[in-house]
Amino acid sequence: MTAQLEQKAEGARVIGRQPRASKKNGREGDRGTERRFATWWWFTPALLALVLIHYAPSAIGAFFAFTNWKGLGKWQFVGWDNFAAIAEGGPTTTALINTFIIGISFVVLTNVLGLLLALGLNRTVKSRNVIRTLIFAPVVLSSLATSYIWKFIFEQGGPLNEFLGSVGLESLKRTWLGDPSTVLPAIIIVMVWQNVGLVMVMYLAGLATVSPELEEAASLDGASLWQRFNYVVLPAIMPSVVIAMTLMLINGLRVFDQIQALTGGGPYGASETLAVTIYKETFVLGRFGFGAALALVMSLIIIILTVAQRLLLRTSSKG
Amino acid sequence: MFRYTKKTLLREALLILVALIFLLPFYFLINLSLKNGNDALTTSAMQLVTNPTLDAFGQAIRGGRQATLMDGMLNSIIITAGSVLILVAVGSISAYTLSRRTGKLSKAAMGLILVTMVLPAQAAIIPIYVGMRNVGLVGTHAGTIIMYAGALLPISIFLYMGFTNGIARDYEEAAQIDGASRFTVFRKIVFPLLSPATGTVAIFTGLIVWNDFFTGLIFLNGSDAVTLPVVIYNFVGESVSQWNVIFAAIIISMIPILAFFLVAQKQFIQGFTGGVKS
Repeated sequence: MTAQLEQKAEGARVIGRQPRASKKNGREGDRGTERRFATWWWFTPALLALVLIHYAPSAIGAFFAFTNWKGLGKWQFVGWDNFAAIAEGGPTTTALINTFIIGISFVVLTNVLGLLLALGLNRTVKSRNVIRTLIFAPVVLSSLATSYIWKFIFEQGGPLNEFLGSVGLESLKRTWLGDPSTVLPAIIIVMVWQNVGLVMVMYLAGLATVSPELEEAASLDGASLWQRFNYVVLPAIMPSVVIAMTLMLINGLRVFDQIQALTGGGPYGASETLAVTIYKETFVLGRFGFGAALALVMSLIIIILTVAQRLLLRTSSKG
Repeated sequence: MFRYTKKTLLREALLILVALIFLLPFYFLINLSLKNGNDALTTSAMQLVTNPTLDAFGQAIRGGRQATLMDGMLNSIIITAGSVLILVAVGSISAYTLSRRTGKLSKAAMGLILVTMVLPAQAAIIPIYVGMRNVGLVGTHAGTIIMYAGALLPISIFLYMGFTNGIARDYEEAAQIDGASRFTVFRKIVFPLLSPATGTVAIFTGLIVWNDFFTGLIFLNGSDAVTLPVVIYNFVGESVSQWNVIFAAIIISMIPILAFFLVAQKQFIQGFTGGVKS
């Protein structure tokens, strides 16, 4: 059926647009090659995957967000009840706030530190390749596995407290992951450590496009280091800035592995994020309907913040 | 202007210091994994191991109530390889189709692919789970491979399209004149030309699948097909505070990917930035 549809559509297209196509490349035009190469049948597996793994489940998930389904058995429509329960406050509000705090600090820290590292490693430094490889290494490792190393570091009798004790800062010692006031910063440190190498590499790729001549000319004209960065380097690496910030925002808002490994959402829910709450509600407590509603909210937040960030970056790069 | 000056030396020293601090967690990891159970508890984590032993590694390999590390490793290899194979095969041929068929339908298909990036993936996983449970695919290699391949296919097609659009048709036309079928043209001419994209797709998606914990936790936990991250997760739960054994297990789980990374680090970094950029 796809093939039939496609032939009709193509016929219409060829009649409608033939003059332009032949003007463009002089020869037979796209028409001949389109007939000869590839067939729409080759796209069927991809179409199946798109429908069965992306579109249908998303639609069904959105539908069940308005029910009280438990994953098995009967269910009823509950209208906006699930969303009202989310807005009502309590644990989901904490998760929501935590997700924002983590997402935003993660974007800022990975990008600032990644850019500083990239600027430091750009050109002349002899050990740059070795350092780049070492700082990138955590990116390829499982974030679950690396989080356990940090869990040990943050323990009561762990190296961090031991270090603080040995430099006379006994008063700062604490169970970093068990204290609601330090648990989020600790998690953010682990996330930044794991991802800063990726951001650094993206900025290094951007910096490679900055022309040394232009920078040199600016410097000869008396531009300060900051002016050189602001007027020569930054405009050139703007594409990297946009990509790195978008990616880190999405990853930060979706964080699951590190929290599941470090705290499981504790102490007393102090480090729960939306992804962790969705997991618990849906797959531990079996509240599929409520979990789906939360998941919908989380997806919306990710989309809205990503778009907002893009618009912000666009205006700031113009202004 | 960009010569090696005293300032550069200072910058280099600073960067080396930063790198050393950055690598401290790996020092703790290796150091502690080589200590015996007693030293691990009584000596400081900073103190270098005095009588290194592989005891912890032995315990790590034997441990794991439901599935051992080696089970997890094997499952991870099967699932990653299966997913990557499908992503390369279906991704390349779909991208090629979209590049050569330039009609309205192609634009519509491109739209379908792009929109998946803003679909509520978190909400989708629940119906996928239930659907797979109903057909008995939860807890199996096949089900997990289908899940990963389907989820990552849009990225794979997208990455391939960056290359298929740039391939000149001359080779394909020549081969066709010589009597090659459409599929032969794709298999013998186009696919080999796409090998840089295949590298990017394989590394980018392979790493995502290999390291993914969430899907494994939901779809596989409790089954025989558990992947490495899930095995590690359960292992940590079972070996309370036996950090030397936990660390040995973590090191074993990291060996394949680290070896791969050190051998092909350039391709990794390129694959990763290339994958992320599109």
